[in-house]
Amino acid sequence: MLNKLTLTKTIQGLKNKKFSHRELYADVQKSIEQQNKDLNVYLTLNEKALDTAEELLETPLAGVPIAVKDNFCTRDFRTTASSKVLDTFKPQFESTVTSKLKKSGGVIIGKTNLDAWAHGSSTETSGYGRTLNPRNTNHLPGGSSGGSAAAVAADMASSSIGSETAGSIRQPAAWCGAVGLKPTYGRVSRYGVAAMASSTDSPGPIAKTVEDAAILLNAFAGHDPLDGTSSAQTTPDFTQSLNTSVKGLKIGVIYQDVAEIGFANDKLMEQLKVFEDLGATVEKTQAMDPHYAIGVFTVVQRGEVSSNLARYDGIRYGNDRSLFGDEAKRRQMLGTYTLSKGYSEKYYELAQKVRTLLIQDLNRLFETYDVLICPTSPGFAKKVGATKGQAMFGELEDMLVEASAVAGLPGINVPYYRDPKTNLFLGMSIIAPMWREDLVIQAGDAFEKNTSWNTWRNES
Amino acid sequence: MKLQEKYEVVIGMEVHAELKTDSKMFCGCKNDPFGAEKPNIYTCPVCLGMPGGLPVANKKAIAWTLKLGLATNCSLNKFSKFDRKHYFYPDLAKSYQISQYDIPFCYEGYIDTPSGKVGLTRIHLEEDTGKLQHKVINNKKVSLIDFNRGGVPLVEVVTEPDITSGKQAKEYGKKLRHILRFLDIANCDMEQGGMRLEANISLRKKGETELPNYKVEIKNINSFRFLEAAINYEVERQAEILEQGEVPVQETRGWNAVKSQTFSQRTKESAEDYRYFPDPDLPPFHFSDEYLKEIKDSVPELPESIAQRWVKEFDLPLAKAIDFSSVDSEKLLHWLESILRELHNKKLDLVLFINDYTNKKIVIPSRAQVKENTNPSEVVKLFEELHSTETIDEDILNKTIKEVLTNNTDAVEKYNSGQTQIIGFLMGQVMRTLGKKVDPQVIRKAIQVALES
Repeated sequence: MLNKLTLTKTIQGLKNKKFSHRELYADVQKSIEQQNKDLNVYLTLNEKALDTAEELLETPLAGVPIAVKDNFCTRDFRTTASSKVLDTFKPQFESTVTSKLKKSGGVIIGKTNLDAWAHGSSTETSGYGRTLNPRNTNHLPGGSSGGSAAAVAADMASSSIGSETAGSIRQPAAWCGAVGLKPTYGRVSRYGVAAMASSTDSPGPIAKTVEDAAILLNAFAGHDPLDGTSSAQTTPDFTQSLNTSVKGLKIGVIYQDVAEIGFANDKLMEQLKVFEDLGATVEKTQAMDPHYAIGVFTVVQRGEVSSNLARYDGIRYGNDRSLFGDEAKRRQMLGTYTLSKGYSEKYYELAQKVRTLLIQDLNRLFETYDVLICPTSPGFAKKVGATKGQAMFGELEDMLVEASAVAGLPGINVPYYRDPKTNLFLGMSIIAPMWREDLVIQAGDAFEKNTSWNTWRNES
Repeated sequence: MKLQEKYEVVIGMEVHAELKTDSKMFCGCKNDPFGAEKPNIYTCPVCLGMPGGLPVANKKAIAWTLKLGLATNCSLNKFSKFDRKHYFYPDLAKSYQISQYDIPFCYEGYIDTPSGKVGLTRIHLEEDTGKLQHKVINNKKVSLIDFNRGGVPLVEVVTEPDITSGKQAKEYGKKLRHILRFLDIANCDMEQGGMRLEANISLRKKGETELPNYKVEIKNINSFRFLEAAINYEVERQAEILEQGEVPVQETRGWNAVKSQTFSQRTKESAEDYRYFPDPDLPPFHFSDEYLKEIKDSVPELPESIAQRWVKEFDLPLAKAIDFSSVDSEKLLHWLESILRELHNKKLDLVLFINDYTNKKIVIPSRAQVKENTNPSEVVKLFEELHSTETIDEDILNKTIKEVLTNNTDAVEKYNSGQTQIIGFLMGQVMRTLGKKVDPQVIRKAIQVALES
């Protein structure tokens, strides 16, 4: 059962020769063979993973198996972004993230399912069928990085890589009871990631523990000359923020007044007492109504989507535009409309102005608080089929993380409740100012280690 | 009344020029579309618009655009950005072109032409598209795309509707090309499309000041001669239509060089909607005063102002000064100026020199025309020798020549076998034997006579 180990313990086990790559990969392959058919996590698998891994013992990640969302271009595997439009697309180049991952000794075990083009929060809109939530297969894993979150929750990889535009890392992590870290916009290169909304796309890790997420982020964060929006800031060692005292940390809890989220909010307040026990202060505070964030994000993101998907014009990738799914078509039409002459002032430009207000509002709160916390999603994972006829499904499920996403802020999801009947999880989003991943890692790690919600921490 | 006297011509121009940076505008691919041996060899995920390809702006191309702005009297925007311009065409890899919409790098400049000043609305920077080729392969009609040109930096210079004739349009185009070449930022190879001309032409009744309610665009013209001819043709065509009480159709027309006619290409029903928005992949620019000063300092003194200076410093006639300073290379111009300065210091005849130089009379013995790498003092010396008044007794000269020819039978044989450039060597021998400064042309002639007799 080596596949159940955390990334940290897997690396340690390999380095200390407690077990071999062969043993580790045998367990991982077995879990994939047993579960992938039902869960539909992987679209493409790496047949040579073990051979590659065995050469990597001396590297920082020691050859551990990592699942990668299928919107990252990979030279060795086709890259579909879960759209049939790219069904046969085999990139001639490697995304910066996967290239750095490989250099650090991570092995791509497979490419995971997502909502087509990363449009969605369910992984139900994939051109390759829905992924199921490993915690409860009657439910959805969330999305768009649903495959990556499910791979972690089902122990089909040591960790995974996802990408978030607004919620796409944190929300599936929340629904699958895993840790998901969305870095600051510009911290991780977008080069080679099929663009969704270019102004907010942020690749990041989905992992079993906060420590695992920090280790994985270390592997691929940093400036990339191939991405003009990637920051030249120096990249800290994110593991330095683990096991540090949160004494004196000022925590603001936002969105407690949003009517839609009764239970998740109540449970959150209960759980946050842990921070007080650890010497932090916890205070409810008022942020701008998240419904504004839905409006801003919907308009900006659709606009950028309509532009980014225009290149799939049926000429170059072998498949014509009829293979776009309904969700992509809807977004392209809405985006085209909001950018049209006479309407762009009314929608796109107005949304950008409100976006500035949202950023100002969060900055204002950061004058008082070190971090802000809210539930990642209004509730538990929705049932399979829930997206049917729900064009705004994603926006409603992601409403609480959209403000921080459009503001480019770093955030982490950590589980804070498990329903004993359904085995489904609630997760909280810890948000910090730009470039302060250290704070969300510090707070997330402290919470995880002082509560028992993390299902991996206490095992093995 | 002649139609040309009844109507006034209103022309605005858009000129595209490819910058000759080493790499493309938004990726590291080589910028050499005309030198490429094969199609699509200078391409990468970025200029092919592949999923996840991201643009990173070429610093030099931006600096050069700003430089061009300053050289054409433009103001520069301290804040600027790139925007996406959406339209569908197979040669456009991303289905949008990265261009500049409402905040171009440069605005409100002008270029002087002999026929008057032409205002510049703006200069912006964008990326060029790929090139379509329609061919028949194995009896099948196919359309092929070459992306070597896709992503090459392209400046667009837009004028006010200030141009009033085909002649002035040509003057403007030539002047702009001269500036681009002199700044050493573009080759402007017209034939290959390195510089492309578009003119918007309409007519209004003399005395009217408002812009006409229509315009005809002539596109894809690759020579100044064709530009002038196309405009002249359009003026007559439009005047005839207006005379019949009708308004010419708003459309894009091309130039048929064989028939010497313009022809309709595309009718514009309504303004196109390009759905411009700021490119989120490219952070906007805030140019610092320091940076802009650096750009300003990099702009060389332009031929026009150098000519003005020559008039003052060297007392040259203006026309002569403008003519002589109209060279494409800054280095060459500085070389010419240092010669003029030395001539001026020696109180020699500058106009005579310019005439001699232009007529390629100043030659180095045994070599051809003097070049940029010739020491200016030597050029002056050659000029002085050319007009040296020292005379030589004809008998002595002929005697010396006879002597030299006898001693250099090899050279004479070579000359007779057609290698006439050997005469330079013989001239040198004669001059050395004489030990006198004699007009080389006199010696040359005498040797030629001796050789051919």
